[in-house]
Amino acid sequence: MAGLTTTKQAHVSHDMGMHTEALRGKTQQRFFDVTEEGGGYGYPDALDVDFNKRAELDCEKLDTKQINAQLRDLMKRGYGTIVLQNPGSKHSLAVGILNRLNLYIEGSCGYFACGLLDGPNVKIKGRVGWACGENMLSGTILIEKNAGSQFGAALRGGDIVCKGSVGARTGIDQKGGNIIVGGDTGSFSGFMMQRGRMVICGNAGKNLGDSMYDGTIYLGGEARSLGVDAVPGEMTALDREWLTRKLKMYGMYPAKGIGHFKKIVAGKQLWNYDNLEPGEKKLVL
Amino acid sequence: MCGIAGLIHRKGSGNIGQEMTQMLQSLKHRGPDSTGYAIYGTPGRNEYVMRFKVAEQEDMAKGFDIHDEVKRRRAKVEERLAALGVQIIDKDEATDYAYRYRIQYDGDMKKLADYVEDVDGTEILSMGNALELIKDLGDAARVAEQYDLRKFKGTHGIGHTRMATESDVDIRSAHPYWAYPYNDIAVVHNGQLTNYWMMRREFERRGHRFMSNCDSELLAVYTAYNLEHGATLEESLRQSIQDIDGVFTYLVSTKDALGMAKDTMAAKPMVLYESDDLVALASEEVAIRAVIPHEIDTWDPYDEEVRVWRA
Repeated sequence: MAGLTTTKQAHVSHDMGMHTEALRGKTQQRFFDVTEEGGGYGYPDALDVDFNKRAELDCEKLDTKQINAQLRDLMKRGYGTIVLQNPGSKHSLAVGILNRLNLYIEGSCGYFACGLLDGPNVKIKGRVGWACGENMLSGTILIEKNAGSQFGAALRGGDIVCKGSVGARTGIDQKGGNIIVGGDTGSFSGFMMQRGRMVICGNAGKNLGDSMYDGTIYLGGEARSLGVDAVPGEMTALDREWLTRKLKMYGMYPAKGIGHFKKIVAGKQLWNYDNLEPGEKKLVL
Repeated sequence: MCGIAGLIHRKGSGNIGQEMTQMLQSLKHRGPDSTGYAIYGTPGRNEYVMRFKVAEQEDMAKGFDIHDEVKRRRAKVEERLAALGVQIIDKDEATDYAYRYRIQYDGDMKKLADYVEDVDGTEILSMGNALELIKDLGDAARVAEQYDLRKFKGTHGIGHTRMATESDVDIRSAHPYWAYPYNDIAVVHNGQLTNYWMMRREFERRGHRFMSNCDSELLAVYTAYNLEHGATLEESLRQSIQDIDGVFTYLVSTKDALGMAKDTMAAKPMVLYESDDLVALASEEVAIRAVIPHEIDTWDPYDEEVRVWRA
C-alpha cells in the first residue's frame, strides 16, 4: 500500500479530548450509540476497530480516491487511529466515514472535507476549504486554523469546531449538532437554521440567522446585521452552563468569561408549515 | 465554474511563468476549456510588448487557404504598424495564429489598437510595458508548453482556467482580458454578471469596444473606463461592487499592483495567503499549495472585500 506505515501502539490513548453529546436524532439513536465503546454500533457494515492500533498514511502522492479507499481498508484491518500526513489541501478527504475512528489530519484540506461523517473524531491541524463537515451526523471535527464558506452546512449532529475564522453561510440549513467558531464568521451565517446551536466567539457578517426556523446562536462579538426573523433571545442559566462547558471542552473559553455573549433565536414569524398557501386552499375548497 | 489565481512577489521578482502554471494546473478541474495568463516581466524603456492573434485556433483547421490568410492578415498588421510609425524591435511566433511583437511607440494607444484590430480576424490580447497576456485552449501545462512560459521571470501575474458558461469555447472568450486600451491592465473573473448587456451597451455608446460575448470582458472595460476617469485601482474595485450586478470574484493586475474584489453575496470562492515576500490567492487552496507546499495560514476574504497589493 503506497505511502503507508503502520505501528501497533498498545497504550496510545484514543481519547482526543473530545466528546460527543447524547444523540437525539431518531436515526442516530437507532444506529449508533457513542457512549458504548466497541459495541452498540448498528450500521450493517460497521467495522470493529481498535483505537490502540495506529497507522500513518502519507497522502502526498495519492489522490483523494486512493486516500479514502486506504482509510476504509485500514479500518477493515482494525486500525482505530489513523494519521493522514501531507494532505495538500486535497478535496473530499475523509468523506462518508460511518464508523468509530480517531483521525488526525496533519495539514490542510480542500473542499468538502469530512462530509457525511457518522461517528469519527477528527482533528485537523491546518485549515479546511468550503463545506467542511457538511451533513455530519455525529462525531467531532476540530480544526486548528481557518475554514471556508458553508462550514458545517446542513449539520445534523456532533460538534464541528474551528479555532480560527470561517467564511460566509456558516451552518446554512443546520439541522442539529453544534458549530463552534473561535474567530469571525461571514455573512448569512445560520441561514435557514432549523435546529442545533452555533457559537461565534468573534464577529459575524451581515444577515446573521437570516430566515432561521429554530435553533440558537450565541455571539461573542458584534453582527453587521441580523437577518430576517432573527431576534435577540434571553441568556438563561442553562445557556451559560452549556456555553461554558463547550468552550472549556475545546480550550476556547475566553479570558474575560462569557458574560458578553448574546443569544439569537428565531422570531418564528415566518413559519408557514401549518398554513396552506392561498392556491392550495382554493383547491381544497 | 472557472478558477482564478494571482501571485505577487513583494520584494523583487520570481519565476512567475512556472509558478502561475503550477497554480493553474492544479485548478484544471474547475474548467478545462481554456487557460490564460497575464504575467508581468521587466519593463523595457519606451518599449511595449504587443501580444495579438489573427485567427482562432479552430480556424486553422478550416480549409486550405487559412494559412495563406493568416500570413496576409499579419502582413496587414505590420503594414498598419509602419503607417503609424511603430518600430518593431523583434517578433516571435508562438503559434501559427498568435504572435508577440516588441515595439517602440509614443503615439495614441487607442488609435493604434483600433487600427490594428480593424484587420479582419485580428485581436490585440495585450499591450503592455510589462504585461504579457497569453491565452489559448487547453490546460495550463499545454498552454505553458505551447508559449514557452515556464522560463518567464517577473514580479506578478494573474491567471484563469475556464469552464465556458456564458459564451463559446474559443480564445476570444478566454480570460484574462486586457483592459483596452490601457497598457498593462488585465482582469480575470469567476462568476456571472447579470447586468452585462445593459452595461455593455452603455460602454459601447461611450466608444469602448468589446471583442467577445463573455461577460467577464465587461470588468476589463469597466476598469479601463474608471482609471481613464481618474479613479485609483482600489476605488474602481470598490465601486464595482455597487455598479455590477451578479456573483463575482475578480482579480485585476497593473504594472506594479494586484487587486481583488468580491461581490456582496460572497458566492464565488477565494483563498488568500499573505506574507512579507509573497501574496498568493486562488479559487482553491490547492493552487496556493502548488507553489507553497509547507504549512501556512490562509483565509477566505469576506463579501465586499477589496484588497490591493504592490509589487
